[in-house]
Amino acid sequence: MWLLEIEDLSVSIGSKQVLKNFNLRINRGETHALFGPNGTGKTTLLNVIAGIPRYTVDSGRIMFKGKDITHMHMDDRARLGIGMAFQRPPAIRGLRLKDLIKIINPGADATAILKKMDFEAFAERDVNRGFSGGEVKRSEMVQLLAQQPDFVMLDEPDSGVDLENIKLIGEAINSLTQKDQRPSNRTKSGVIITHFGHILDYMKADRAHVMLGGSIVCSGNPGEILEQIKRSGYEGCAGCSTCPV
Amino acid sequence: MQHLSGIEDRAKTARNKMAVYGTDVDLESYESEAKPQEIVDDAENLPSAVKKAALDVGVKLDLESSGAYVQMDQTPVVAKSLYEGVEIMDIASALEKYDFLQDYWWKLVAPDADKYTADVAAAPPAGYFIRAKKGMKTVFPVKSCLYLGSSNLNQRVHNIIIAEEGSELHVITGCTTPSHVQRGLHIGVSEFFIQKDAKVSFTMVHSWGKEVEVRPRTGITIAEGGSLSNNYILLKPVKTIQTFPTATLAGRGAVASFNTVIYSTMGNIDVGSNVFLDAPETSAESISRVVSVGGEVIARGRMTGRVPGARAHLECVGLLLSDKGRIYSIPELDGQSRDLDMSHEAAVGRISEEELEYLMARGLTSEEATSVIVRGFLDVEIKGLPEDLKQEIKNITQREDLRGAA
Repeated sequence: MWLLEIEDLSVSIGSKQVLKNFNLRINRGETHALFGPNGTGKTTLLNVIAGIPRYTVDSGRIMFKGKDITHMHMDDRARLGIGMAFQRPPAIRGLRLKDLIKIINPGADATAILKKMDFEAFAERDVNRGFSGGEVKRSEMVQLLAQQPDFVMLDEPDSGVDLENIKLIGEAINSLTQKDQRPSNRTKSGVIITHFGHILDYMKADRAHVMLGGSIVCSGNPGEILEQIKRSGYEGCAGCSTCPV
Repeated sequence: MQHLSGIEDRAKTARNKMAVYGTDVDLESYESEAKPQEIVDDAENLPSAVKKAALDVGVKLDLESSGAYVQMDQTPVVAKSLYEGVEIMDIASALEKYDFLQDYWWKLVAPDADKYTADVAAAPPAGYFIRAKKGMKTVFPVKSCLYLGSSNLNQRVHNIIIAEEGSELHVITGCTTPSHVQRGLHIGVSEFFIQKDAKVSFTMVHSWGKEVEVRPRTGITIAEGGSLSNNYILLKPVKTIQTFPTATLAGRGAVASFNTVIYSTMGNIDVGSNVFLDAPETSAESISRVVSVGGEVIARGRMTGRVPGARAHLECVGLLLSDKGRIYSIPELDGQSRDLDMSHEAAVGRISEEELEYLMARGLTSEEATSVIVRGFLDVEIKGLPEDLKQEIKNITQREDLRGAA
C-alpha cells in the first residue's frame, strides 16, 4: 500500500483550474522533490493535501494510509500524520513558541528541538512575530520536529535562508524523513518544493517531479532532473524522452 | 468639620444625577445597611470561602506581600502592613488619625460627579488607605480584596492611595462575589496620589456575578517624574459595569500606562481610561484587548494633550466572536497644543482564518486553535511589574476556560 496516493485529481480556486488530472504516488520511506515554474500548482498541491479550505476538488481523490482523505478536515489529517511547513506562516500574538511546541506535542523535548535548530533565543518569542524570512523557516522546522508527522510537506524551506542555516534545515528534513536511518528502517516520507535545489545539497530526495500547468510532466532522479532543468529549462523537461513519467 | 459637611451638601445635590456613561442603576432597589462582619487580626484567619474567592482573583493572601486589606461587605476585616515602607489602614481610622487626609479626601473624584459618588459620600467611609512612605520601595505587592458577600447589598468603598516622593508601590486588588450572591451593587471611589518620582502599579481583577452591577469612580494625579501602570482585568460575567478612570499627568515627565483585558460573555461593560497630559514631556499609553462571545462592550480611550511635546498612544483591539456580542471601540484624541504626538489604533474583527488553519495544520481542533488564539490575544505584555505579579496576571488571563464561544 502506498503511503500517499493521488489519483486523477483536479482542483480549482474559484473558476480557475489549478491542478489537472494530477497523479502522484509516494511510498513509505521516500522523499520526493517538486520542481516547476511559479504558478504551476505546486503550493496548491501541498495545500490540498493538507486540507486547507478554499480549494474545490472537482474530481479524483487523495488516499493516505489507505484512507480517502479528499474531504477530511485539516486537523484530522494532521492527526493522521500529515505535517506541513508553511511558506509564509502567520504570526500569532501572545503565543510563545515554546508553548506551541508543548501544545503540538506535550511529550516533545522543547529544549532539545530548539537547540537542534539553534533557535533557543526564540523560545519566549511570539510565534513568527517579527521573525526574519530565515527565522520563520527555522520556526516551521521546530514545530514539525515536535509534531513528528509521518508525511512532511515543505514549501520552499530554503528560500530566504542563509547558507549556514540551510545546512541546519537540511539536517532537520533528513531527521524528519529518517534519512539518518537505514533505508529499510524508514517509515516516514516527505515532499519538498524547491526552486533552485540548493537545499538538495544538504538533504536526500529519492525522486523528483517537474510540474507544468497543473500536472506532472516528468519524473526521475532528482540530480538528473535538476541538471536537465538547468540545461534546457522547465519546458525542455516537458518534451524530454529520457525520463519517463 | 465644615469641610466634611461641604462634601455632604454637594453630594445631596447630586443624589439623582445620572452618570454620563453606562446604564442607570436603581440605587433604591439595593440595601445600604450591611450586617457587620467579624474582624480578624490576620488575613490567614479569614473564612476559607473568602480566601478562596480572593485567590480566584489573583489575590493570594500570604506572607509574600507587603500587606493586606480585606473588606467584607461594609466591614474592613483586615488592614495590616507587613513592611515598614507601607502603611495600610482602613480609611475611617485613617481619617480619624490624620488631619492631613482632608487635603486628599474627595479631591480627585467629585462627590457630586453623579449619583454613585453622591451615594458613597453620604455613607459612612469604608475602604483602604495605603501610603508608600517617602523613598521606600517595596517589590512585594499590597494585596487587597473587596468581597461582596451579601445578596442585594449596595457595597460602597472609598480608597485613597498616596505614593510619596521616590517611593515604589505595587497594589493588586481583587473584587469578587461568591456564587451564592445573586444580586448586588459595588460602588468604589478611588483617589490615587502619585507624588514626585514615585512609581506605582495598580492591578485590579474583577470577578462578579451575573446580577451584579459595578460603578468604580477613579481619579489619579501623577507628579513630576512619577509613573503609573494601571491594569484592569475582567474575565467573568457581570450584569453591568461602567468605569472611566481619569488620570492627570500634572508634573514634568509623568508617565501613565493603562492596560485593559476584557473577556465578555454577557452584560453591559463600559470601560476605558481618560488621561490629561498637562505637563511637558509627559506620555501616556492605553491598550485595551476585548474578546466578546456575547454581551456588549464599550471600550473607551480618551487622551487630551494640553502642552507641547506630550505623547499619547491609544490601542483598542477587539475580537468579536458571536452575533450576540457587540464591541464598540471609541478612541478619542483631543489635541489642545502645538507639537503633540498623539496616535491611535483601533480594530474590531474576527480571528484570522489563516491563524486558525495554521494551528489546525499542527493537529489542533478548530476549538482548541480558537482558544489558543484568544488566550494569546488577551496576553498583554505589561511593563514595570514585579515578576511574581506578572505571572499572577498571566495565570488569570491564560485560564483554560476562555474559549471562542460562550
